[in-house]
Amino acid sequence: MAKLRQCAIYGKGGIGKSTTTQNLVAALAEAGKKVMIVGCDPKADSTRLILHSKAQSTVMHLAAEAGSVEDLELEDVMAIGFGGVKCVESGGPEPGVGCAGRGVITAINFLEEEGAYDEDLDFVFYDVLGDVVCGGFAMPIRENKAQEIYIVVSGEMMAMYAANNIAKGIVKYANSGGVRLAGLICNSRKVDREDELIEALAARLGTQMIHFVPRDNVVQHAEIRRMTVIEYDPTAKQADEYRALAQKVIDNTKLVIPTPLEMDELEELLMEFGIMEQEDESIIGKTAAELAAEAAA
Amino acid sequence: MAALSREDTEALIAEVLEVYPEKAKKDRAKHLMINDKTLESSKKCITSNRKSLPGVMTMRGCAYAGSKGVVWGPIKDMISISHGPIGCGQYARAGRRNYYVGTTGVDAFCEMNFTSDFQEKDIVFGGDKKLAKLIEEIEMLFPLNKGISVQSECPIGLIGDDIEAVSKKAAAAIGKPVVPVRCEGFRGVSQSLGHHIANDSVRDWILSNRDGQAFETTPYDVAILGDYNIGGDAWASRILLEEMGLRVVAQWSGDGTLAEMENTPKVKLNLLHCYRSMNYIARHMEEKYGIPWLEYNFFGPTKIKESLRKIASFFDDKIKEGAEAVIEKYTPMMEAVIAKYKPRLEGKKVMLYVGGLRPRHVVGAYEDLGMEVIGTGYEFAHNDDYDRTIKEMGDATLIYDDVTGYEFEEFVKAMKPDLIGSGIKEKYVFHKMGVPFRQLHSWDYSGPYHGVDGFAIFARDMDMTLNNPCWSKLTPPWRKQVPLAEQKAA
Repeated sequence: MAKLRQCAIYGKGGIGKSTTTQNLVAALAEAGKKVMIVGCDPKADSTRLILHSKAQSTVMHLAAEAGSVEDLELEDVMAIGFGGVKCVESGGPEPGVGCAGRGVITAINFLEEEGAYDEDLDFVFYDVLGDVVCGGFAMPIRENKAQEIYIVVSGEMMAMYAANNIAKGIVKYANSGGVRLAGLICNSRKVDREDELIEALAARLGTQMIHFVPRDNVVQHAEIRRMTVIEYDPTAKQADEYRALAQKVIDNTKLVIPTPLEMDELEELLMEFGIMEQEDESIIGKTAAELAAEAAA
Repeated sequence: MAALSREDTEALIAEVLEVYPEKAKKDRAKHLMINDKTLESSKKCITSNRKSLPGVMTMRGCAYAGSKGVVWGPIKDMISISHGPIGCGQYARAGRRNYYVGTTGVDAFCEMNFTSDFQEKDIVFGGDKKLAKLIEEIEMLFPLNKGISVQSECPIGLIGDDIEAVSKKAAAAIGKPVVPVRCEGFRGVSQSLGHHIANDSVRDWILSNRDGQAFETTPYDVAILGDYNIGGDAWASRILLEEMGLRVVAQWSGDGTLAEMENTPKVKLNLLHCYRSMNYIARHMEEKYGIPWLEYNFFGPTKIKESLRKIASFFDDKIKEGAEAVIEKYTPMMEAVIAKYKPRLEGKKVMLYVGGLRPRHVVGAYEDLGMEVIGTGYEFAHNDDYDRTIKEMGDATLIYDDVTGYEFEEFVKAMKPDLIGSGIKEKYVFHKMGVPFRQLHSWDYSGPYHGVDGFAIFARDMDMTLNNPCWSKLTPPWRKQVPLAEQKAA
């Protein structure tokens, strides 16, 4: 049996990480792979499309109800969804209280101790909160956890900034452990020359754009029904896009330590593609009134 | 006369520092000084209140220890909640022997441990709700408590529990003060910041509670600040103040109550014993209520007499006469103590390493017994403490700030004191070296040492330790004569 591959999905908040992950996982399951999703986000929306549920009961909420995490059994926290995909949500507090990062650490430790990473699994996917704000959200990429990281990105400026920042984080952990950047997944926002731009960014980072996922309303239609496209409409063209992504992930051997860009380089790249204008130094720090006065003169 | 000459002490410091790496050597050198009584300020000769070096053994505590353990904990009718995991509260419980009159668990609570006993889920989901419930339960189980303080342990600052909001709501619900204290242990370099934070929280949540309320005052009202009644120290001090005609309205905080603290803004004079841990609130009361404050020292006859006269100088002739009467009454008693113990202790040399005030305050008591303090230092002092220490210590004596375990041992080996006064962490090291030792934080479970009564016990304890026949029976391993052949074989 092939070795278990552990992958983490990162990317700017709202970029479509959870949707992309679940569609990818559904395609992998369809291809006969045994997969587990571990949601590492207190919002707990990483498994809803696989389970057709609003939000799965999370490890941390169940632990809080039971008294402590030691009082839980694996079957309490794990649900099986479409294609036999195993689903776990780490869970955590509502915004503004407690420590969500500690929730991720506790949940992943629990899964390890309870033997959730069994030998039959081919893939584990960690769907991680948008910003790696503290050590807890880096837990999935520490030693003996995820070895492959996919960054979901689009041609928008902030998404690319975020991707570059995530690459910086990977460098830190790549030097102390075995984690590698496995590729950028472009989740299209229909920006001009988006594919070329992301390919250029990938090249600068020393990685690849593993797949360009076009924008298609069928994804939203499926989401409304809490389903992946693969399950909702297997004949849709978009389903084939996710199948193509899944096959590329299966075949992927290009795992690299990324070479993040300096801010200047990134801005140059963005200017090259017309995403960012050349900065006009003469207007920096001027108020509207001052600019009006200058214009009048 | 110092144990060593100035040049010898300089050489000793250089020799002791020699083993450190360059950077550590440079840092530690700034924390060691040779006393020069002519100096007005310590600023140029010693650095203090800085982060300890990684790798050394330091005796310091944390901000939580300073707030919960020192300032808030001894208030007998208030309940201090250790908010966070179990350890901080449990291992600090009743450790400082802050004596009080009251029935523990009914109307006094110092010796008990109240904690929110954090679990994983409380870290992840926050401890606010648990804290609110805990306060509710305290109120139900211990209805005679007069107020509650919430002492933050480290995780509270990390997860951002809103203890202020919980406290405000709970205070309204139970009709008593509930004080949130942000004394997370990782803040600051020692327990010293905890004292400051605790003072500030008293200022913000307690001190003005009874402003504008009627209170029958006298012209002779004073408060004792910075006496934690360790082994009954504050009681031995209070006797003298009351006998000279003053009315002690409050004790901060040993055997103290919330009501006493709330009434303190009405006193005429604040008497400050531990300057380090309570100068903040004394200064605040001076600024806001115009109450002068005075540092005093009730260790040993010389300082007691000096302090009584200094205190009396703030009042009318009645008190001045009262002070003289007290001095007259107790002088024969104190002289009897000296007559009994001085012959047994005369000429003995002492090295000290303690906390807030004792490294300088007990010097006079030793001198009254004919002893000499040849080295002293503080765990968590600031430079204003060293300014005061310069005047108390003899010329060319050694002063060490945040001394490391290694340095202290080396200084003792070279300076050969007859007695060391320090804490539990140092005690057994020096016992094993065969050096008589007294704990000067806890009085070795004896006391009181303050006041006239305390001086008699102090003198007895020092004699009991120093002249104990056991010391002559001890030969530490390194003093054993090993034949040269055996040494080579080893």
